[in-house]
Amino acid sequence: MSNEVETLLVEDSPEDAELTIRALRRNKLANEIHVAEDGTDALDFLFCRGAYADRTFSHPPKLVLLDLHLPKVDGMEVLRALRADERTKAIPVVVLTSSFEQEDVAAGYKLGASAYVQKPVDFEGFSEAVRQIGMFWLLINQALPPGEFTASKAHGV
Amino acid sequence: MSHEVEILLVEDSPEDAELTIRALRRNKLVNEIHLAEDGVEALDFLFCRGAHADRTFSCPPKLVLLDLKLPKVGGIEVLRAIRADERTKAIPVVVLTSSKEEKDLIDGYKLGVNAYAQKPVDFEQFSETVRQIGMFWMLINQAPPSGAFVASAARGA
Repeated sequence: MSNEVETLLVEDSPEDAELTIRALRRNKLANEIHVAEDGTDALDFLFCRGAYADRTFSHPPKLVLLDLHLPKVDGMEVLRALRADERTKAIPVVVLTSSFEQEDVAAGYKLGASAYVQKPVDFEGFSEAVRQIGMFWLLINQALPPGEFTASKAHGV
Repeated sequence: MSHEVEILLVEDSPEDAELTIRALRRNKLVNEIHLAEDGVEALDFLFCRGAHADRTFSCPPKLVLLDLKLPKVGGIEVLRAIRADERTKAIPVVVLTSSKEEKDLIDGYKLGVNAYAQKPVDFEQFSETVRQIGMFWMLINQAPPSGAFVASAARGA
């Protein structure tokens, strides 16, 4: 893997995935995007197993964009698994969903989502939301440096 | 309290506080902003005590912008206290610091910071960073609903 994935997009809708990728690319916000179409694929990617056994925990994506309603394993379970493991705990996860249920928003935060964004229904609004997500999370936010995603470096915090 | 505070800015440098507030106001990103100049005041504000006893836990700020090097109680300790209490745990916290120390970054993520931004030294870039933070957290992100601040609403999460 010479090119490190910057964004893992977990999205089962091909239309939404295409819109998201296009909005990021148009704003030069993501060179390497990997799309996982269900929760199992996302977990395999993040936990470097199955088809992704050649990946390493020391090079996580800078951002996971996570839809909630997913085939096989849903988004909340993906988030729960990420936050429960020291090797993946600090990866920024932005929920990007069409769910407007306040219960989902509350549950997302309780499980440790970094942020929660509702997909605007109109095309322009959707593209703009994705652009702002990319601007903040890929350009402003400082992710953990590679190699710091291991349990042994806990510093006793 | 008729006006709910949208951003709690925790910043001991008057210059940085003014720059931050100005950048947010100029871009119409915030109406109500409260400035805490040290960690003790930030905690009093967030935990609705002392001079802030008239506040309630059900109306938390949508965002805490947290400097790390603070008088009395440091930013990392403020973050730790926020995350340790069910009533404040879900409040989005973005660290905004001039610290370039990797330990601060690592500790921030281990304690569950939502995002971590470094203050650019250059005036224009500082304003732009604050603008991006404001755009994402005030306009795009969905703040936690009141249900996220009650322990019993956890749905086993």
